[in-house]
Amino acid sequence: MSPAQRRIARGAALGLVGAGILVPVAAGLWQTTLTAFGMVPGLSQTGPSLRPWRELVALPGALESLRLSLVTGLSATLLALILSLGLVAALTTARRMRLARQMLAPILAAPHAATAIGLAFLIAPSGWIARLLSPWATGWQVPPDIATVHDRAGLALILGLLVKEVPFLALMALGALSQVPARQQIASARALGMARAEAWARVVLPQVYARIRLPVFVTLAFSLSVVDMAIILGPSTPPTLAVAVTRWLQAPDVMRMMPGAAGALAQLGVMLLAMLIWVTGERALAAVGRALARRGARRSGTGFGLRVAGGLAVLLTVLGLLALMVLALWSVTWRWSFPNALPQQWSLRLWRDGAEGLASTAGATLEIALAATLVALILAIGWLQAEGPRARRLSTLLLLPLLIPQVSFLFGLDIAFLRTGLPEGWVAVVWGHVLYVLPYVMIVLAGPWRAFDRRLEATAAALGAGPVRRLIAVRLPVLLGPLTAAAAVGVAVSVAQYLPTLFLGAGRVATLTTEAVTLSSGPDRRIAAIYALMQAALPWLGFALALGLPALAFRNRRGLRGGVE
Amino acid sequence: MTGPVLELQDLTIVPTGSGAALFPPLSLRVTPGELVAVMGPSGVGKSTLISAIGGHLDTAFALRGRVRLEGTDITSLPAEARRIGVMFQDALLFPHLSVGDNLAFGLSPEIRGRRQRCAAVEAALDQAGLSGFYERDPATLSGGQRSRAALMRTLLARPKALLLDEPFSGLDAAMRDELRSFVFAHLRRIGIPTLIVSHDPEDAKAGGARIVTLDAGRAR
Repeated sequence: MSPAQRRIARGAALGLVGAGILVPVAAGLWQTTLTAFGMVPGLSQTGPSLRPWRELVALPGALESLRLSLVTGLSATLLALILSLGLVAALTTARRMRLARQMLAPILAAPHAATAIGLAFLIAPSGWIARLLSPWATGWQVPPDIATVHDRAGLALILGLLVKEVPFLALMALGALSQVPARQQIASARALGMARAEAWARVVLPQVYARIRLPVFVTLAFSLSVVDMAIILGPSTPPTLAVAVTRWLQAPDVMRMMPGAAGALAQLGVMLLAMLIWVTGERALAAVGRALARRGARRSGTGFGLRVAGGLAVLLTVLGLLALMVLALWSVTWRWSFPNALPQQWSLRLWRDGAEGLASTAGATLEIALAATLVALILAIGWLQAEGPRARRLSTLLLLPLLIPQVSFLFGLDIAFLRTGLPEGWVAVVWGHVLYVLPYVMIVLAGPWRAFDRRLEATAAALGAGPVRRLIAVRLPVLLGPLTAAAAVGVAVSVAQYLPTLFLGAGRVATLTTEAVTLSSGPDRRIAAIYALMQAALPWLGFALALGLPALAFRNRRGLRGGVE
Repeated sequence: MTGPVLELQDLTIVPTGSGAALFPPLSLRVTPGELVAVMGPSGVGKSTLISAIGGHLDTAFALRGRVRLEGTDITSLPAEARRIGVMFQDALLFPHLSVGDNLAFGLSPEIRGRRQRCAAVEAALDQAGLSGFYERDPATLSGGQRSRAALMRTLLARPKALLLDEPFSGLDAAMRDELRSFVFAHLRRIGIPTLIVSHDPEDAKAGGARIVTLDAGRAR
């Protein structure tokens, strides 16, 4: 290949990956917009008109839903950020850091739906906590009549989001922290008369925050528009906007589709508004920080606040682990009546009786996850292999699906599929999952890939190895650790997806997630627990393999061990 | 002496997007078995020159001039087709392969059959004083052992010219002397043109090299 041909090939690879991600997003948003303005030829609606918007405002609870989304999303993100930074600030020793990673990993890997179901079984009036404390401490013989789940203010939803997002942001912050010479800077600040926590808050935190800003916005977008967790834990009359929109768009009455699409666009507006509020807050806080620095203040109370946040984060982590444990308990329960602390009768019968359905659903989930992960890995490797300095800057665009509310474009994407005659179902679902798997695969893989010692490839080339052999025989094996880690993250992300399966599967594709969400509102906690536990088990298995495979392959290669987190 | 000749003709390197060359055009003829040492202040582009000749130039740089090997213009050939061996400061053994498999990676495909290839690798290991090291993890070798293995790997690919980029600077003094005599003895034996980049005049002296000095102002 001549240099010109190589340039064309690289451009084609980058274009293909970019189009695979950006075209669906653009097409989805476009179709949502058309529907939201009443331009739906299939329903003899020829718009453009504002009728869908008037209908949206007239729908019961629409405005309350909007307010609820904004409040729960913003507070969950803000609290998650504070608690995760508090946690990271408290990890001052290598031992604590290792312990934290071990405790956070199972929660981070567990899908949102599974965690939410476990949390509901933990904090509900008839949940495990109430059972553990009753009747000896509370005097309750029957579950009390308090709404601790589905509460109107959305506190349970915020708690659920915190349980999941604090580990995510904490691990991102830990990664960022390793790029900051924190130890020396804290030492200098302490020499200037600042307490350790204060020094961390005032010197290290701003640098860490600047590096995790993108994950923070991902958390914000997610928290504002999450559907599965909001169905399981959030308020129901009215629900958050994303849940309401999902219901309208899935309603048997197709005319609901237009106000639904208007709501989906409104969801995008909510996201933009929240971002605006967030950025304004950032500026204000930065100004306060600068003013403190100029005044030469040695104490501001932020250090103390950070320590409180760290304590709360530990509490939250324990809550998350208990939530996963209670799933395991309920899955092997036969009879467990209130207020017993533990099941009265244990049994594996429901596992046995439901084995067939469970296995087929788990198989379907795994198939989609493996297919989406494989496609995402190939796309990510293709992109990274082809990228130059310019494409490297553009690669942030691949994270776009994470910053746009899912309801805002997935419904439109489904319409786009129908209009262009592409079939809904398995392939569409896999593609929908790739949109979310690829960004995370890139986040995990890009760093190690770009840090790869190019002289190793130069050495291989000097020995006569062409580009294909260099990739397959040198780069990929050396990067086996990051590759398996990226694959495990990909599987975990895919298994957790709810809306892409719902919208693009046209009701024909059932995964552990869609089943778990449905079962969560059912009468039988045992079955819901079994499905939720299976949903969490797939990512756990993935991470175990991701750690085990490179360790096995490189058991005699000291230079490559310890490369996987 | 007959054999391949490495020729540089008006060679210089320009950072892309800038008009200023790193050093004035360099013309040089390295005959078979000859050792030429490229000396010069750090940052002048000695290592970049080596990358350019080997075909490993980063996209941030562009090459001007021609590189000829055995009379053939190889300037636009990809690195893997040039048959120019390279040794960097760190031995850069592939960390995922055993020592022996590292050598086998480079072993010329002209040697066929599992047994013959294995024997060729074992023989090279013997020559490097690494007998019985086939299955060893490269990470467990000493610095000198690693460099010797890397040289044997390079030579097994049967290169027609050799580039050495600060090959001895990562080692302590005693090890450096030992490795120098090892490397130069092998170079005399195979008789191919060799360019060495170094900041240590001892390297050039020990190898009996002709010295070319690169200077931001001029090349002599």
